[in-house]
Amino acid sequence: MDGNIKFVQGNEACVEAALYAGLDFFAGYPITPSTEIAEHMSYRLPQIGGKFIQMEDEISSICAIIGASLTGHKVMTATSGPGFSLMQEGLGYAIMAEIPCVIVNVMRGGPSTGLPTCPSQGDVYQARWGAHGDHAIIALTASNHQDAFNITVDAFNMAETYRTPVILLFDEVIGHMRERLTIPEPGDIPVVDRLRTSVKAGIDYHPYLPREDGRLPMSDFGGQHRYNVTGLAHDMWGFPSSNPGVVHGLLRHLVDKIKNNVDTITRYKEYYLEDARTVLISYGSSARSALHIVKNRRARGERLGLLELQTIWPFPYGLVEEKCEKARHIVVVEMNMGQVLRAVKRAVHHPERVVLANRIDGVFITPTDIKNILRLIEGKGV
Amino acid sequence: MAKQKRQLKEHRIERSWCKGCGICVHFCPTKSLELDEEEKVYAARPQDCICCRQCEIRCPDLAVEVLTEEGDSK
Amino acid sequence: MAIKDYIRQKFFPHMWCPGCGHGIVLNSLLRAVEELGFSKNEIVMVSGIGCSSRISGYVDFHSLHTLHGRALAFATGVKMSQPELNVIVPMGDGDALAIGGNHFIHAARRNIAMTAIVMNNRIYGMTGGQYSPLSGYGTIATTAPYTNIDHDFDIVELSRAAGATYVARTTTYHAQQMTKMLKEAILHDGFSVVEVLTQCPTYFGRKNKLGSAADMMEYYKKNTTPIGSKAKAENPDLLERGVFVRKDLPEYCSEYDKVIETAMKGRS
Repeated sequence: MDGNIKFVQGNEACVEAALYAGLDFFAGYPITPSTEIAEHMSYRLPQIGGKFIQMEDEISSICAIIGASLTGHKVMTATSGPGFSLMQEGLGYAIMAEIPCVIVNVMRGGPSTGLPTCPSQGDVYQARWGAHGDHAIIALTASNHQDAFNITVDAFNMAETYRTPVILLFDEVIGHMRERLTIPEPGDIPVVDRLRTSVKAGIDYHPYLPREDGRLPMSDFGGQHRYNVTGLAHDMWGFPSSNPGVVHGLLRHLVDKIKNNVDTITRYKEYYLEDARTVLISYGSSARSALHIVKNRRARGERLGLLELQTIWPFPYGLVEEKCEKARHIVVVEMNMGQVLRAVKRAVHHPERVVLANRIDGVFITPTDIKNILRLIEGKGV
Repeated sequence: MAKQKRQLKEHRIERSWCKGCGICVHFCPTKSLELDEEEKVYAARPQDCICCRQCEIRCPDLAVEVLTEEGDSK
Repeated sequence: MAIKDYIRQKFFPHMWCPGCGHGIVLNSLLRAVEELGFSKNEIVMVSGIGCSSRISGYVDFHSLHTLHGRALAFATGVKMSQPELNVIVPMGDGDALAIGGNHFIHAARRNIAMTAIVMNNRIYGMTGGQYSPLSGYGTIATTAPYTNIDHDFDIVELSRAAGATYVARTTTYHAQQMTKMLKEAILHDGFSVVEVLTQCPTYFGRKNKLGSAADMMEYYKKNTTPIGSKAKAENPDLLERGVFVRKDLPEYCSEYDKVIETAMKGRS
């Protein structure tokens, strides 16, 4: 067990988790602060017989992993702000064509080139709505390396379960900070394998006909079933269709397969929420500062609690509503101008009780920053 | 062995696939093909066909096949 | 196996216009695959967006109809993850060399064993006749109503410079030559490019008063010549056809296998 303890960056924790989950193909392009993921992948993947390729840009990186997923491999790419913008086209394709894949966005300051080496959490809504057209998306995050490991494995499992791209929305602090990581033994965390069709050769296979449980068994390219994959609206064989009934059914399926499973997809942690009068809601590295202040205040007997979201999308409206039911103050702690705040306001009964504790200047949000907001709320002044 | 002259069996034409572009008619070295009143190709003078398959290999609609006596078209 | 056994017959007649050269490319490609004796399960066809890209829906192979310009990027993932598959990537000229130009040169540079077919009709057909990077100076298009002042690429020279290890050019008139080249390209262990001049009578032909589909193919016949021919020496304006590049260089997937070998040794 001791051999499995490492002192690593979050980016490396993400790599080890991806390998644990069965990843064997990675395509990427260097960009701060996600580059270490590509670097570690180029070192680790060939050691296990997997493949790494550095593509000519982020557009081709996401396209390459989609191609590799279709031959039956578990795949991932990693990027940051501007690269994530370039990936939106391929992300939409993976949503439409229902290709399992994991996309890591180690968030940095934006817009545009912004603050490449500074933390930010400004891509929450880009993760949700970056691709055009109606769709649903899964986006997950974590606030420490052990959680980053677990959530990365989760991301691969969800990608396979729902045949969809899953976004890992890490931030610069998580990506670059070094922290202790214990790599679990194989089997400690369940791993969902690719669900392949049991339909025999020569029998009509429907790559886009969901089973009763909503899952769509796949057939590897190069295997015995030849079918079509397209970004056009398509029928259950994957062939283009503009039949209104077919198109309607497809779009509903793409959204419902995620929307109807919010509870299963939701990951969160909670601290002292039972009797909390002030509920802090945070995620990613910001949640570290939030947790620090909650623990400090609890030690002084103050009724503060923290809801740490690990699933950002689909947004767990029901969970947030429930956890904030008795709260007098709800403070959303994040490094942007109030992105998760918007969703929280929609979720709770008293949106007027929701305030923002944030930083947008490229400096990591500290417990003191949050403390100042709390003092204002409490009428104590800064 | 002397090369045997290929004998035409028939032009197999997929009428519903033919769009009447006239490429086969234009490039037939013996002018044995024509378009009918519905602008579909037909073998107007099959006796002139030398089975060179120029129509078949250039048909953009995969609508023309030249079948010969010594074996069907590929 | 007859060539019709390689197509998805339920989608015929296809959606291309009467006389469209893309159908002749399909025709020649099917003959190439048939003559090679490949099974349908060994072939993955990856295409982008545009008239050309619809070819992948008509063939009974594994077919991946992707994004505009990105076919080679998707194909790179398919090939590298499963190198035993034969990957054929038909693209339009705008698809391959405007929006997909970067992917094109980098796939060539890597020398990954795939066959890029550039179906060069010198126009964006699907969107209604806008000029492409292959239209050429002085042509007319719906976005160049007065005249086109953009110069065109030479696909052969571009491919050669980018590092493609098999580069050939032919036309839809020269269908037999096309089949022969496609066979060679598919068998070539490296990145292969086959440029096919293919007529768009509907837009490029009509806008530039080039006559019918057959007239445009007559033009290919009269204005092209085998590489290094006497005719070329006499008339430098003729466009050369043939195999311009054919060389053996280490193929990308095989090279990566060596990387794996090295990495695994270091671990044991």
